[in-house]
Amino acid sequence: MAARTLFDKVWAAHEVIAETADTPAVLYIDLHLIHEVTSPQAFSVLRSLGLPVRRPERTLATMDHSIPTSTDQVFGKVPIKVDAAAKQVQQLEHNAAEFGVELFGMRDARRGIVHVISPELGTTQPGMTIVCGDSHTSTHGAFGALAFGIGTTEVGHVFATQSLLQRKPKTFAVNVEGELRPGVTAKDLILAIIGKIGVSGGTGHVFEYRGSAIRALSMDERMTVCNMSIEAGARAGMIAPDDVTFAYLKDKPRAPRGADWDAALARWRGFVTDPGATFDAAVDIDASQLEPMITYGTNPGMVIPISATIPAAGDEVFDKALRYMGFHGGDVMLGKPVDVVFIGSCTNGRLEDLQAAAHILKGRKVAAGVRLLIVPGSQAIKRAAEEAGYADIFKAAGADFRESGCSMCLGMNGDTVAAGQYSISTSNRNFEGRQGVGARTLLVSPFTAAASAVRGRIADPRELL
Amino acid sequence: MQPVVRVHSKTVVLPSSNIDTDQIIPARFLTTTTRQGLGRELFADWRYRPDGSPNPDFPLNRPEAEGAEVLVAGRNFGCGSSREHAPWALLDFGFRAVISTEIADIFRGNSLKNGFLPIVVDETTSRWLLDNPGATVDIDLKETRLTLPTGVSFKFPLEAFSRHCLMNGIDELGYLRSRLQDIERFEAARSW
Repeated sequence: MAARTLFDKVWAAHEVIAETADTPAVLYIDLHLIHEVTSPQAFSVLRSLGLPVRRPERTLATMDHSIPTSTDQVFGKVPIKVDAAAKQVQQLEHNAAEFGVELFGMRDARRGIVHVISPELGTTQPGMTIVCGDSHTSTHGAFGALAFGIGTTEVGHVFATQSLLQRKPKTFAVNVEGELRPGVTAKDLILAIIGKIGVSGGTGHVFEYRGSAIRALSMDERMTVCNMSIEAGARAGMIAPDDVTFAYLKDKPRAPRGADWDAALARWRGFVTDPGATFDAAVDIDASQLEPMITYGTNPGMVIPISATIPAAGDEVFDKALRYMGFHGGDVMLGKPVDVVFIGSCTNGRLEDLQAAAHILKGRKVAAGVRLLIVPGSQAIKRAAEEAGYADIFKAAGADFRESGCSMCLGMNGDTVAAGQYSISTSNRNFEGRQGVGARTLLVSPFTAAASAVRGRIADPRELL
Repeated sequence: MQPVVRVHSKTVVLPSSNIDTDQIIPARFLTTTTRQGLGRELFADWRYRPDGSPNPDFPLNRPEAEGAEVLVAGRNFGCGSSREHAPWALLDFGFRAVISTEIADIFRGNSLKNGFLPIVVDETTSRWLLDNPGATVDIDLKETRLTLPTGVSFKFPLEAFSRHCLMNGIDELGYLRSRLQDIERFEAARSW
């Protein structure tokens, strides 16, 4: 058989019916993750057609986007502040019960951001197809799964058939060699990749992140990289599973056990790109040359090394972005003022991210006038951060450490940034108004976010490591 | 889904590139549990001023935009979040098609499933459309052809299956369900 890529192998293993010139492929879906925002209308379609969720055991629901992060609201001491969000939460409880779908509800100890909890549980596994009505489903590609975001109509298709109609995308090798320098993280790496490829450079493609720098990453870091594939236009980004992946999955609550584990491991080891396999596109990145990165505009491709200056005026769109941000071409990023710092999201809300923040914040205080919000990616991560002492460090520093959820990444739940304020954020999108109407978002790593919270200005984290 | 065969309408132009789905419909409006009524919030942060009044400078608010069914936008329209609320909001407002040189993958798929036409054109055609807001264009799905008022036309890419579904108002779910036996066979043959 001809040499195949990791993507080709996962795709072929799920082709119920291959694509033809006239019809797309029918692709089988192993795992369907759902949340409260993009599922209600799909359940309504099932109801109107009198259809069940065909494979409820391949479906897992949680609440993350619109739920509150304040402990009092989550645990019912006070009502949920955002009425429409409360309704959406109730609707998912109702839908999950009616259709027999397992739900990690608001007070469930296993709840969290959909892309954080599935890996934690071990339901995300190599070689799988995984979909969710959420563009950051690409996160699960860190395990060698083909994972991508879908719309609500497609959520309905998966409910009803456990399959999707898909055209086979092209492949794109992102080769990253060399060693990241101290203080330079997986977040900086993916921001640099997006800066190089551009925000639509990956359209129509699936990335495979390859090379020594990728092999050297932990699973938390690999998830950060794959998470932002969509910000370069690629629906999915994959990393071949290896011993790091298998060590992470071993003994996870829903990972295979005993003889099943051995069989799974033998199968998983095959999900790698064969020597000599070719890609439709490729880019090479030297990790050893990277610095901490920061965005200065209104899409994730408007990104520079933290010590650099904003490029000189460009076209009308570029100038409009700078006007929105209140910046000018030639401005130095270091030392610019900070109002809010957000550490969390499906990009950087995992334990290693909180550990990085704690490393900087230990024995230090958040600068006067700066609000630091730290939101864990899941309740399990919250507990782990408490056990590791990070929660005490955050509290002593003057940070607000919350219950888990998407929170200020998209501000649906009332955790927002005020108009005109500067938010240094570890999330994934710096679009206009993403964190609140008129909010100005700068995307960075957890190190840079924590360092900037301490300094009260945009700071190079390497000074505080 | 209503069949779509032809759209004949004047255009409204939003020249920005990379118009993301957070601009098309901001996240705070996603707490709805239905598909209807989102047109009111389409481009909300650009269409309305902080006090809630319409921003008279925004192209959609100008009198000449009234009744336009075709949106012309800069490169990479619909990037970002997978929210299907984006095409729902565009349709609810009255749009039936968007024309750009590049349209993001997830938005494109969501649009096709709702009878909203994502039309990708070359740089020359796009440039003309961006420079001539309000031009009356003709989108013919039968011929997969966009015709400008100058008489110049452009054959746009649209795969046969999507075109067939759009022109006949076919919901893809019906097609998928017709293949359930194949799906069952696939499941039965699998060891994992």
